[in-house]
Amino acid sequence: MVYIAIVFLPLLGAIVAGLFGRWVGDRGAQILTTSLIGVSAMLSVPVFIKIALGGGTAVVPLMHWISSGTFDVSWALKIDTLTAVMLIVVNWVSFMVHVYSIGYMHHDTSIARFQSYLSLFTFFMLMLVTSDNLVQLFFGWEGVGLASYLLIGFWYEKPSANAAAIKAFVVNRVGDFGFALGIFGVYYLFDSVQFDVIFAAGPEKADAVVTFFGTDWHALTIISLLLFVGAMGKSAQLGLHTWLPDAMEGPTPVSALIHAATMVTAGVFMVARMSPLFEYSETALTVVTIVGASTAIFAATVGCVQNDIKRIIAYSTCSQLGYMFFAIGVSAYEAAIFHLMTHAFFKALLFLGAGSVIHAMSDEQDIRRMGGIWRHIKWTYALMLVGSVALAGIPPFAGFYSKHMILEAAYASQGAAGTYAFWMGTLAAFLTAFYSTRLLVLTFHGKPRANEHVMAHVHESPMVMIGPLVVLAVGAVLAGLVAKGWFIGDFREAFWGDAIVVLAGHDTIEAAHHLPGWVGMLGTTVAVAGIGTGVLLYVFAPGVPGLLASLFGPIYRFFLNKWYFDELYGMLFVKPAFALGRGLWKSGDGAVIDGIGPDGVASASRDIARRLGRMQTGYLYHYAFAMLIGVASFVTWFIIRMG
Amino acid sequence: MEMPNLSLALPELLLVLGAMALLMLGAFRKDDATRTVSLLSVALLGFVALMVWGLGGERATTFGGMFVIDGFARFAKVLILAASALAITMSVGWLEREKLSRFEYPLLMLFATLGMMMMVSANDFIALYVGLELQSLSLYVLAAYQRDSVKATEAGLKYFVLGALASGMLLYGASLIYGFAGTTGFTQLSQVFHAAHGQPHAGVIIGVVFVLAGLAFKVGAVPFHMWTPDVYEGSPTPVTAFFSAAPKIAALALLTRVMLGPFGELFAQWQQIVILISIASMVLGAFAAINQTNIKRLMAYSSIGNVGYALIGVAAGSEEGVRGLLIYLAIYLFMTVGTFAVILSMRQKGRLLEGIDDLAGLSRSQPMMALALAIFMFSLAGIPPLAGFFGKFYIFLAAVNGGLFTLAVLGVLTSVVSAYYYLRIVKVMYFDDPVESFDRPVSRALGLIMAGSAAVVVLLTIVPAPLVAGAQEAAKSLFPTG
Repeated sequence: MVYIAIVFLPLLGAIVAGLFGRWVGDRGAQILTTSLIGVSAMLSVPVFIKIALGGGTAVVPLMHWISSGTFDVSWALKIDTLTAVMLIVVNWVSFMVHVYSIGYMHHDTSIARFQSYLSLFTFFMLMLVTSDNLVQLFFGWEGVGLASYLLIGFWYEKPSANAAAIKAFVVNRVGDFGFALGIFGVYYLFDSVQFDVIFAAGPEKADAVVTFFGTDWHALTIISLLLFVGAMGKSAQLGLHTWLPDAMEGPTPVSALIHAATMVTAGVFMVARMSPLFEYSETALTVVTIVGASTAIFAATVGCVQNDIKRIIAYSTCSQLGYMFFAIGVSAYEAAIFHLMTHAFFKALLFLGAGSVIHAMSDEQDIRRMGGIWRHIKWTYALMLVGSVALAGIPPFAGFYSKHMILEAAYASQGAAGTYAFWMGTLAAFLTAFYSTRLLVLTFHGKPRANEHVMAHVHESPMVMIGPLVVLAVGAVLAGLVAKGWFIGDFREAFWGDAIVVLAGHDTIEAAHHLPGWVGMLGTTVAVAGIGTGVLLYVFAPGVPGLLASLFGPIYRFFLNKWYFDELYGMLFVKPAFALGRGLWKSGDGAVIDGIGPDGVASASRDIARRLGRMQTGYLYHYAFAMLIGVASFVTWFIIRMG
Repeated sequence: MEMPNLSLALPELLLVLGAMALLMLGAFRKDDATRTVSLLSVALLGFVALMVWGLGGERATTFGGMFVIDGFARFAKVLILAASALAITMSVGWLEREKLSRFEYPLLMLFATLGMMMMVSANDFIALYVGLELQSLSLYVLAAYQRDSVKATEAGLKYFVLGALASGMLLYGASLIYGFAGTTGFTQLSQVFHAAHGQPHAGVIIGVVFVLAGLAFKVGAVPFHMWTPDVYEGSPTPVTAFFSAAPKIAALALLTRVMLGPFGELFAQWQQIVILISIASMVLGAFAAINQTNIKRLMAYSSIGNVGYALIGVAAGSEEGVRGLLIYLAIYLFMTVGTFAVILSMRQKGRLLEGIDDLAGLSRSQPMMALALAIFMFSLAGIPPLAGFFGKFYIFLAAVNGGLFTLAVLGVLTSVVSAYYYLRIVKVMYFDDPVESFDRPVSRALGLIMAGSAAVVVLLTIVPAPLVAGAQEAAKSLFPTG
């Protein structure tokens, strides 16, 4: 009953706020949705204690859904440790974002709609993490995609917001296509989409092959790679990442909830959930490692040169998701989920803090036009500082434990991919610390670069916005320290139970505890070095960054333009798609369908009408002639017919 | 010689005597008697209609078998009498306004009506011809009634010359048939052809073709339709209104009786021609009207198309087909009379207008009139739930049950095309910017006819049973059991 309440209370809030928003009013919608999420968040704590700490798995069947031949799907909630962790993360971050939105969306005209979408998103996300089969998971997966689309395009009067919403939807379609094929593959191989059945049958299908294009392929590799394509789309991995920075067009609380803490981590969750399959495919794990590591370094380089405060954090998110994936690639699923959790806290904190800055700066988002405001908004400054330090991985903040575990696991995995991931991750850690520092210095320190009008208005956000930040900051400070024992430490086997499967030779987390000392030190060292470089360049020698940018012009522009991914895709896919659409529209639909169909029939009718009109000459003898011809032809016809 | 049973022809006799009496009245009255004569004519027609109804639908013949009354004749006669009465009513105001008040006008209509009744009851080619010519001669004069108008005289002349040609064809065909069958009586002809077991002499077939051509001219079916647009446009509008209703009903009833009665055994032969004529009429009526700008000309093409639909009922050659035809004619009568009542109200500064564009913005200047015309147009286009839809529905039903799928499909397709020009009128009235509004008020008689016709068109949807049952009974009389 508790489980059902946790999942469906947000839906109730979404329905009431969405359909009866006019009736309950803005304030009513805010209170209702927020308190329902609050109840869900409170309830998920005992669930976490019971399931994750107490050990065990709960399955709550709801109702029958599809039954066709051997294909059988039911609605059911499955709660194990993995789910319990996600419930805590999703519900608490969502709860904080709901509270924060009351202050942030204060001036908006569609508050009820906004709250309704937020709650709807939360419901779909909970559906996703509590699913006990792939089809229900896909339902939640598509649901969060829908909510994300609605929220990115929340300010639908802005053309850029609509474009970003469509981009997010379309890019995710590419991933979802792979995901759907993966689900088909699972059903083909296992004759079921039920997690229990699939996972139980995993070992015996480890060497199964499918014949495709006349060649035998390792079945689990194909399935794992297809599922990973889905995860890449949702979690903005290199290649399918282009939608995430644009998604910052949505309101900032949305960026915090959906595009930092929860939805984008759905891919990580899904792959971790499917660990019993991924474990049997070395190829798939290698691909995941390389994609994750490449994303981590790619996004970090781009993040160093962006100027929009939200975009910097967005690329940072992209980069951190890369860490999670290469952790999975080296079989350190626990570390990935650990980082997922800590990241959710400090990244939501950073986003909401950025929102507070934007709020204070009269909707200014460009850090080149900020600076020198830390005195005016001390709370926000302090909280952003906590978030940034946690992100950079300075002990004892949360990010330190999870990120270092990931780097050590990568080193411990020994393979070529693992080594690549380790060095890329280390370099990315340096860049992460650097751009975090850059962001803080440019935003809060130095001389004010905004105009007097804006500066006069700089003010601290209200308590309703600062409060959630404080809660998240507590998480960002303590989550790592408190939870590391369960997630990656000595109690991890009891903690995870059956939720994650790691093959005997793959236990990199165990191996990570027996590494040479310099590996553990390296992460912290580069983080400190990154911060030091940032301070040096932006506090003591503010002229140097501009000099470097002009000195290394091509590289700078390459990073600034996000490695030209958007341009490349525009040329490869978008333009041809538009050309194809235009061609089909103009020549296919317009010329052929309309031409032969409606337009053609209409103009033919007019033509016939004109010809018939011309026959009506007005001359008597023409009329008489027509009559005689008529009779004559009838008679002729009869004579011919009768022979 | 034995005295014929006059009681069966009592309505016709009464109409003759009444018309004669009114002629005397008009001739001897010093002042203008048009209004009085018109009103009395309408009353007379009403009385005659009651008598026709009272005579019942039992089949009986008199005048040596040349004159027949049955349910079919009764139904058609009532429709004709109603149409004539409505036409006279609509004319009175027009005559007075155009300063053409002459008492001969209603009398000509009475005589034409008498001719039509004779046609419907004809049971012999001689009787048929006499009735037809009585009707036609009256119509020729009516067409050219506005004799100072070049257009009207042209229309009358054209109608007369072509009508004479058509009558010639009809007579030629009748004489061929007489030559091969040895009789002009419908009952006897039927027996002769029955004896021939559907294998008639080629001369008979040619005779049938000629008779059909003559009758097709009278109903205005393609390719014998060419007179229709010119005469409709040229004749005075109330005369056009008369042309579009009563003579069409009479000629179609006559054609049905001739084809299904004496030539019933030759069904296989003439069916093909009727199908061809029907298709040609539907197609021409649908397409040629698209470019018209004159609403009377548009109604002419509309009538051609509607005759095409009605002929489907004949082509089906079944009781169901005739039933459909009669229902169609009854509904058509009200749609067309109502439409012409609107056209007669299109008056600006005393002048009658005929352009479709003159209707622009009518919905704002005269909403009730626009509503009435919109109802007629939707009904003519065959859009449910108005009566026009059911008219077409029963016809197509008969065609499908008779296996004439081509006709049914073409009928539906052409009604789609024709919907364009009907709906264009609605569009002009409701969505175009208003031009100068029409004179007000609309005369009371016209207003009543508009409202009444619209009410009938709408009400027939709700209570179609009396009409369908009446048509069913009338159709049955053409197909004597056994």
